[in-house]
Amino acid sequence: MTSVALLGQILDYANRADPYPLYAELRRTPVVRDESGPYLVSTYWEIHSLLHDPRVSSDIRNLAPEAKTAPRTEDPDLPPSFIRLDPPDHDRLRRLIMRTYGPPHAPRRVYGLRGEISGIVSGLIDRFQGRDRIDLVDDFSYPFPVTVICRLLGVPQEDEQRFHGWADTVATAIEPAVGTPEEQQAHWQAIREAHHQLAEYLSGLIAQRRRAPREDMISALATDRGADESPMSLPEMLSNLTLLLIAGHETTVNLITNGMLTLLRHPDTLKQLRADPDLVIPLVEELLRFEPPVQLLPERTTLDDIEIAGTTIPQGASLWLVPASGNRDPRRFPEPDRFLPDRPDNQHFGFGSGIHNCIGSPLARLEAQAALAELVRRLDNPRLVEDPPPYRHNAVLRGPRHLPIAFDGLSR
Amino acid sequence: MALDGSLERLRREGRIVVVGASLAGLRAAETLREEGFTGTLTMIGDEPYEPYDRPPLSKQVLLGRVPADHTALPRRRAIEAQWRLGAAATGLDLSAKRVALADGTSVEYDRLLIATGVRSRPWPNELEAGLDGVFVLRTRDDATRLRHRLKAGPSRVLVIGAGFTGSEIASVCRERDLPVTVAERGPTPLSGALGSVIGDVAAQLHHQHGVDLRCGVMVTGLEGDGVGRLRRAHFSDGGTVDAEVAVVALGATRNTEWLAGSGLAAGPRGIACDAGCRAFDVRGIVADDVFVAGDVARSPHPLFGYRFLSLEHWGNAVAQAEVAAHNMICRGEERRPHLWTPYFWSAQFGVNIKSVGVPNMADQIIVSQGSLGEHRFTAAYGYQGRVIAAVTFDQAKWLEFYQRQIEQAAPFPPPFATVDRRTEGMRPVPAGFPDPSVPTHGPQVTVSGYSPTDQRVTFTPAGHGHHA
Repeated sequence: MTSVALLGQILDYANRADPYPLYAELRRTPVVRDESGPYLVSTYWEIHSLLHDPRVSSDIRNLAPEAKTAPRTEDPDLPPSFIRLDPPDHDRLRRLIMRTYGPPHAPRRVYGLRGEISGIVSGLIDRFQGRDRIDLVDDFSYPFPVTVICRLLGVPQEDEQRFHGWADTVATAIEPAVGTPEEQQAHWQAIREAHHQLAEYLSGLIAQRRRAPREDMISALATDRGADESPMSLPEMLSNLTLLLIAGHETTVNLITNGMLTLLRHPDTLKQLRADPDLVIPLVEELLRFEPPVQLLPERTTLDDIEIAGTTIPQGASLWLVPASGNRDPRRFPEPDRFLPDRPDNQHFGFGSGIHNCIGSPLARLEAQAALAELVRRLDNPRLVEDPPPYRHNAVLRGPRHLPIAFDGLSR
Repeated sequence: MALDGSLERLRREGRIVVVGASLAGLRAAETLREEGFTGTLTMIGDEPYEPYDRPPLSKQVLLGRVPADHTALPRRRAIEAQWRLGAAATGLDLSAKRVALADGTSVEYDRLLIATGVRSRPWPNELEAGLDGVFVLRTRDDATRLRHRLKAGPSRVLVIGAGFTGSEIASVCRERDLPVTVAERGPTPLSGALGSVIGDVAAQLHHQHGVDLRCGVMVTGLEGDGVGRLRRAHFSDGGTVDAEVAVVALGATRNTEWLAGSGLAAGPRGIACDAGCRAFDVRGIVADDVFVAGDVARSPHPLFGYRFLSLEHWGNAVAQAEVAAHNMICRGEERRPHLWTPYFWSAQFGVNIKSVGVPNMADQIIVSQGSLGEHRFTAAYGYQGRVIAAVTFDQAKWLEFYQRQIEQAAPFPPPFATVDRRTEGMRPVPAGFPDPSVPTHGPQVTVSGYSPTDQRVTFTPAGHGHHA
C-alpha cells in the first residue's frame, strides 16, 4: 500500500498562497492513503464518482473518533445541520429548506434579491470615495455577503451589526485555535458564547415571524405547514440557519476576493471584462474552477469497501476529497492551470456535486457576478499592492485575509 | 496520412440529406458542420416547423406555462441548410441515391441520414378517432389543439393508456383541476416500462391526486353525441364514462412506411443499423452511405448482449445523431460506436422520475435506497444476477452511480451497504413486467432480438388489435 505525506503539507500555512503544485503531486496517485490516516482523492473523475456514491457517508457519527481532525464549526448543543447528515434525514431537511428558498415553491427568493444585491454593492463601493487604496476584504468582501444573508433571512437592518459580530466570531471556528492553552480556551469560549447569542437571537426572530409573518425566508421556514412530512423543529431550524450563515458567508468572501486577485493578476482579462460586462457570467464559473472557495471536502466515511482507481478504500475509512485539485485535472480540463474566462464545458467542482451540491450556489453566483462586474467598472486603474497577499490560516475555506488594492479614482 | 481523395471531396462539396427535422436531425446537422462538412446540407421534415422540443408539450405547454410555438430547439451553431419543411419523404431509391418527396420533387444525396422518428399510434377505429374531442399528443399542433380544449374546461378528460405520456397528461389535467379518468389495460400505470412494483407506486400517485384510475380494462369504444362530438367511452368490463375529451396515449409507431420496398431493413420495429449507425439492408449487410439515428433506429447494444434496442429517449436522439454525423464524414478507422446507456425522465404528479438502463429486460427489482411507501426511492433492476437498470423517484442524484454499476455489469442484488437502505431494500422481488408478447401501449425501450432484419417479430397492426 502506497502512502504519501501530503495532507500535512496542504494544511501547512506555508503553502496556503499556492497549494496547486501540491495538488499536482497528489494527482500522480488519484486515490492514496495519507500517512496521517485519511484517504485523499485528487482527480476529477474519481472525485465525481465518490460524490455520487451512496456508499459514502457525510454523517459525522459514522466516523471513528480518532479520525475526527477537521475543526468543528457547528454548535455542539444543536443537532447536526443537513450538510453533516445522510439521507433520509439530510433529504428531509434539505427539502424543507428548499421549499422556502427555491423553485418550485419559492422561485423568486434568490432572483428577487438582485436589486438589493446591486444596491449593497454600489453602497459599499461608494464608500471608497476619496481614497486611493482599500483592503478589499475588510472594505468590501467581508461586509457584503453577510448583509445579503440578513436580507435573505429577514434580519432587520437595525440588527445587522450585531448579526455581523456573531457571524464573524462563529466563523473563526473554522480556523485552528492558536496560542497558549488559556488563549485557546478563551477562543472556544467566545465561539460558544456567540453561538448561544446567535441561537437566542434567531429563536426570538422565529417566534416573532411566527406571530407576524413577512415575505422573508425565516417567516417561510417558521410557518411552512405544507409539506407531507414533519416540519423543522426549532433546534433544527437554528442549526441549519447557522449553517447557511457560515457556509454562505466565508465562501462568498473568498470567491469575491479570489476573483479580484485573479483579475488583477490577469490585466488583459480585467480589461476584457470592463469592455464586456456579460463576460462576468462564464468568468465566475472559471473562477469557481480556478480558485474554488472550498478546496477540500474533509471527513466523509466509507460505509463499505470501495474499489476505485486500482485501490480499495476499506470500510470505515476517512475520506478527504480535493475538489480544488480535480478542478485542475488535465484529464478533464485542457490547460487546467490557465485562467480562461470563456472556457467551454466547464463543469467544475466549485459548488461540489451530488446530493450535497451547494444549496447557496444561485445566490453566490449572483453575488460574485454583481460584485466583480461593478468593482471592475468603477475602480480606475486598480492594481495589487502585494502579491501574494496574506492568506487566512484555513486550508479548506481558502482565501486572502487582506487584499490591498491601489487605484487612481472611482467612476460613477 | 492524407485523407482519401473521395472522402475529402465529400467533406468539401458533397451532398448530405437529413430526413427528419426534429431533435436527432438538427443535432446531426450541427455535428456535421462542427466537424468540418462544407458541402450541401438538406433538411427534410414533414411538419412545417423548424426543429422543436417535444418533452415540454405534455408538461409546460399543456399547463399553459409555455406557448407551443415557444419550444424551438436551441441552436448550437448555424447549419446553413436548405430546408424542405412541410414535405414528407415518400420514397428512397438506394441505387440512384435519391429521396422522393410528397410534393413530387426529389433530392439526391451522397450520404443520407434517416431520422424520421415516430408518430403517436392513432385510435384504431377511424370513425371514432374522428370524433370532436378525441386527441393524440405528439406534435406541436397536437399540443396546441389539446391545450385549447383543456383550457375550455371539459367536464371530464379520458386518458387512454397510462404510459409516460398518458400519465403526464393526467397529471396536467389534475393540476388544471379537471376531472380525469385513466384507462390502462395493464395492471398498473407505467407497468410496460418500469414493471408493476414501481407501477403500484405510480398508481398511488394517480389516486393521491384524484385521478379516476382504471387498470386492467380496455376502452372498447368511443361514442359520439349525434353531431360528431365525443360523449362517452365504453370499457371492456362493461363500464362507461362520460367524457368530452379523450386523449389516446397508446405509444408510438415508427415512421418507416416510406421505406417500404427500398431494400433497407426497415419495418414496424424501426430501421436496423449497426453500432456505428449504418443502416442494414434486408440482406443484413450495412450500407456505407445510409445512416440512422433517433427514435426510428434500432441498434445492437454491447451492454445488453448485443440485442437490438429501439429507444424513444431524448438523450439517445442527441447522442446517436452525433455519432451518426461523425461516422458519415470520417474515415473507416475513425468511426465511433454508439454506446449510449439508455436514460430518460418524466415529470408527473410533482414527482421527478428518472431511469437508466433497460428496466424491461429485468426479472427482479430491489429498492436499494429510500422507500416505495414514501414515494422517494432508488430501485435497481436485475437480470440474471447483474444490474441492468435503475429508476429513481425524486432521487435522481444517485442515478449516475447506478449507471456505472450497469456499465460495469455489477452483480445484482447490490451486495454493499449504502446510505438510506431500509428493510425493504434487503431482498429482491419479481419486477412485474407484463408478458412481452402481449402488446401494450408501447414502452419507450423495445428490445427486439438479435437479428438486424428481425423477421421473427410479428406485428399486430393497431387496427386489428385489442382496442377495437
